Amino acid sequence: MSQEIIELTEESAEQGVSRRGFIKGAIAASAAVSSSNYLFRGNGGTALAQSPAAGAVERLITLNINGRSRRVQVPPMETLSTTLRYTLGLTGTKIGCDRAECGACTVLVDGEPHYGCSLLTHSVRGREVTSIEGLEGEDGTLHPMQQAVLEEQGFQCAFCMSGFIMNTVALLNENQNPTRKEAAEWLSGNLCRCADYDKILTSVMRAAEITRGA
Amino acid sequence: MAVIRDVIPQLELFQPSSADDALALLAEHGSDAWVYAGGLDTLDWFKDRVKRPRVVVDLGGIDSLREIRSTSDGIEIGAMATLISVINNPEVRSQFPALAYSAKSAASPQIRYQGTIGGNIAQDTRCWYYRDGWTCYRAGGNICYASPPTAMNREHCILGASRCVAVNPSDTAPTLVALEAEMVVRRGNSERVVAAEDFFVGPEIDIERMTVLEPGDLLMSIRVPSKWASARVYFEKVRDRDSWDFPLANVATAIRENGGNIEEARVVVNGVAPTPVRLTAVESAITGQPRNEQTAEQAGNVSIQGVAPLTHNGYKVNLMKNLVKRSIRDEPLA
Repeated sequence: MSQEIIELTEESAEQGVSRRGFIKGAIAASAAVSSSNYLFRGNGGTALAQSPAAGAVERLITLNINGRSRRVQVPPMETLSTTLRYTLGLTGTKIGCDRAECGACTVLVDGEPHYGCSLLTHSVRGREVTSIEGLEGEDGTLHPMQQAVLEEQGFQCAFCMSGFIMNTVALLNENQNPTRKEAAEWLSGNLCRCADYDKILTSVMRAAEITRGA
Repeated sequence: MAVIRDVIPQLELFQPSSADDALALLAEHGSDAWVYAGGLDTLDWFKDRVKRPRVVVDLGGIDSLREIRSTSDGIEIGAMATLISVINNPEVRSQFPALAYSAKSAASPQIRYQGTIGGNIAQDTRCWYYRDGWTCYRAGGNICYASPPTAMNREHCILGASRCVAVNPSDTAPTLVALEAEMVVRRGNSERVVAAEDFFVGPEIDIERMTVLEPGDLLMSIRVPSKWASARVYFEKVRDRDSWDFPLANVATAIRENGGNIEEARVVVNGVAPTPVRLTAVESAITGQPRNEQTAEQAGNVSIQGVAPLTHNGYKVNLMKNLVKRSIRDEPLA
């Protein structure tokens, strides 16, 4: 099984298209298609003629993701992590337990850490969402926590890393001088199955140093 | 461990911007409607397909429900106030530090930024048989899977069970009962105010509900009267880890002393029974006594009278005894 995947990746790479890039492209294409379907239906007068009940939600909504305004079509009960990954192709946000337990899906909403798996996309309309893709500066400067993770080799497999980094960003926004214990408490809602907690906390302390300019 | 499925089944979502609109929707859809607050309890049910309402009413857009304000007699906390906003509210911190502390004991930071105080007190039980969709009493069936000797019941009741042995898992609920809080509930245009200790419903009254809230009802706010403001209120929670877990047991004790003796006391435990439980026998036993080691010891002994542990939760008896004792003897942790 794993060999098949490797072969597929190598084959695609030879053609100049990585497997991941191909999948992302397919997602973007299908999103565009759904949007035009919706608009066509609206122009036909059928969908817009209905007067919705107070508070009824529309499917086509505008989200503010990483400082950009994105028009997306979202089913009412879709979670933010699903929209980020499978509609917008922002696969840096991981889905671990999908039950608000492991923290792998942590993103910032108006600067506050939230489990993306347990937040309806419709409830973040009008709010600023930041995912791991939005941390890096335009000139490629890494966020202090990203830099610290590189310096300290904070993670082993790193599946949980995006969530830990996002929650640490929230911590450093609140407190640039946390103790190791405070950092551990703040990150208690993020789980690492490699149990790299010691290195992760060392990275957090280094990130706080970088943030303070030490 | 829950089975991870693709997406949540299709439901009709409403996001009203006023409480009146929300109440109208709840009246219209009755028991087909689900009230959605922070969503953390809700989405697990939906993802697992165990609860399948037709309509979901999301209260997130109703700003008035998030307000925390001072009143002529204490503080009124909107049901949609997040746990973090309760924790950080200056009035709550100065007048009712034990409430802020119990809110901070709940869940993880991410959940405290999203979960609401209304959701924390009205949340459903964590019994895994029930959560996994077994047709137990609470799910409308005619058996309890958690009470037989072979069942996994380490986290279940030692008090007050009636067929169902699931516990109330809230950390803020016992503190609110100790503080004599009141729940403001609206239904259409009519409003009723329920004392916190009467808000929770045990299985002997209705085995399928945790609170008095019925379809069509909306918890609007929680009033915390100034009676126990700045009083000695002790909260402590015990869980398997130092953070991010539901309570095995917790205790909230409010005490007023006069002339070296306990003049009035309210002692409430949770995580040990289907509802937060006021230990009135303990309260009577310590009233009029000096607050010291001996009184605390006696309180602990009285607290466990009548307990009925299951196969794997006998440890909760001593746990509760010692928590009650400490809540009277020791200085508040908050």
